[in-house]
Amino acid sequence: MNMSENSVSQEDFVEILGGLRQFIREKVMPLEREIAEGDAIPESLRSQAKDLGLFGYAIGQEWGGIGLDPVQEAELAIELGYTSLAFRSMFGTNNGIAGQVISGFGTDSQKETWLEGIASGDIVASFALTETGAGSNPSSMRTKAVTTKSGWSISGEKRYITNAPSADVFITFAKVTDDAGKSAVEVFIVPSNSPGVTVGPHDKKMGQAGAWTADVHFDEVAVTEDALVGGKFGVGYRAAMTSLAKGRITIAALAVGQAQRALDESLSYAAIAKQGDDIIGNFQLVQAMLADQQVGVSSGRSLVLDAARNYASGADTRIGPSVAKLYCTEMVGRVADLAVQIHGGAGYIRDYFVEQIYRDVRLLRLYEGTSEIQRLIIGSNLVKQELASN
Amino acid sequence: MKIVVLVKEVPDTWGERLLDLETGLADRVSSERVIDEIVERGLEFAISFAEKNDGTEVIALSMAPEEATGTLRKALAMGADRGVLIVDEALHGADITLTAQVLAAALEHIGFDLIVSGDQSTDGAGGVVPSAVAELLDIPQLPRLATVDLNEKEVTGAHVTDRITLSLSAPLPAMISVSERFAEPRFPNFKGIMAAKKKPFEVLGIAELGKNISVLDRPRSIMTEIAGKPPRESGVKVTADENSGRDLAEFLKKNQLI
Repeated sequence: MNMSENSVSQEDFVEILGGLRQFIREKVMPLEREIAEGDAIPESLRSQAKDLGLFGYAIGQEWGGIGLDPVQEAELAIELGYTSLAFRSMFGTNNGIAGQVISGFGTDSQKETWLEGIASGDIVASFALTETGAGSNPSSMRTKAVTTKSGWSISGEKRYITNAPSADVFITFAKVTDDAGKSAVEVFIVPSNSPGVTVGPHDKKMGQAGAWTADVHFDEVAVTEDALVGGKFGVGYRAAMTSLAKGRITIAALAVGQAQRALDESLSYAAIAKQGDDIIGNFQLVQAMLADQQVGVSSGRSLVLDAARNYASGADTRIGPSVAKLYCTEMVGRVADLAVQIHGGAGYIRDYFVEQIYRDVRLLRLYEGTSEIQRLIIGSNLVKQELASN
Repeated sequence: MKIVVLVKEVPDTWGERLLDLETGLADRVSSERVIDEIVERGLEFAISFAEKNDGTEVIALSMAPEEATGTLRKALAMGADRGVLIVDEALHGADITLTAQVLAAALEHIGFDLIVSGDQSTDGAGGVVPSAVAELLDIPQLPRLATVDLNEKEVTGAHVTDRITLSLSAPLPAMISVSERFAEPRFPNFKGIMAAKKKPFEVLGIAELGKNISVLDRPRSIMTEIAGKPPRESGVKVTADENSGRDLAEFLKKNQLI
């Protein structure tokens, strides 16, 4: 990768990472239970995250962000994965698809309107793709955008939209049909205060309390011409798909962070919990479980960083991110399960963080493309490559 | 307004801290070195004042081995405008009086309206340096403040103990020290970390301070004995039987715990 004036030197990045690690241990981890029981991120923590620069770490410095490269971003996400996943979720879309799509492919006016606020955290962005019956397959999407005299009118319903209740702007996917009857999915920037946008009550989820999802309804929502990402057809959707692939590396990195935490929690428990006169860490069957956890964490970490390097260089922007996401999110499921097992009955009690990890990481195998979709992406691209090389 | 914050690098409070039994000095190699937590509170005051008052310059000053550069840069990452590090071979093992003399000379060299310090360091815990520096500079000192108010002419603050709260004030120039009751320090943010490398940073020897500081003119303090921390003794075990209640009460009474 070319080091430009706006990139973050490795020396600075080491300090940024160290600072974040300290912040997570001193400021976020003590609030984990409060976040879980209150089902909300305390306002003071949100404001500290904003001051730190967490809402714009992946957005360019010219827009007030930090401008981390994909490998640095992956390392940062591993650290963020060490605590309540709801914390990262608060600024995930700002750095992810919203920030990436607008800064990479937006028109000048879209960049000027949105990016500084997204990078600073003054604006919360939310990503509205999923619908009932159209989760990972955008071709069956029912939300529509039709042209009007002054721009577009959007109608449809989105489901399980992260941060919808607090969003200032929805990066919204909708189908557009041209005069010849041909339809394609396009991406629109829709302010949440636009007339016709309503957000439903927040969903009661299995885990990740503190990260809110909800349905979003678009009822003939009028937006200006400039709402179409990139200002012309085809740009936004391609940008979104590229950004989704990078997002998969982030999810894989979060999984590695959670797996590391599950291992650390298991280790400290195994070092003090006694059965008879001996600590359980001295039992070989417990050691075997710890070993399996360590193998998962180490291999996952290497895979994530490798995928990030190949994504950054352009060598592999499709298969690698899906491989990392598939492996790491399945891995953390097993590592979390072992963590509960090592804790025994205690692992089923909410006082122990592994109980939360066990529920929280279940989502990682579902969103940003299920494990099944990742397998399809990997398999179909492998065959495509083989055919192209013949 | 020119505010100079005295920054001390200390072994990490959370790590194991060792004493070199040959020299009686803290073993700087064996533990991670960090900015003293109490100093961070002082920096927090200076930086937040500067954020609200244009034309305020915050200077982080330290006397330490050259390796302390990274620690002093953390003060710049938090938001101080520039750093001054006094490094000199002759200062190795400097005691409180020599430290105060060098800092006072450095402060005169830099110039100041207000000097901010922690009330006592987490390693040496002497708590004398701020008073000694103020004495040498012949300026008033407000010690161990839990809150501080500052304007162009004077500094005021609350000196809080468990029993009393004293309201103190002094005209500028002055020295204050903050206690651990002072507001929590901020974390250096990502932009601050990147900006710190570009901020002015000066390394000076004692000869450059414009004062004739004689390091070896007479013994300043004499160490008579150095001893390691005694190993922990095993505690008293009170066996649960018909006498255990009485035994426990006697143990607590003997140790003046009840």
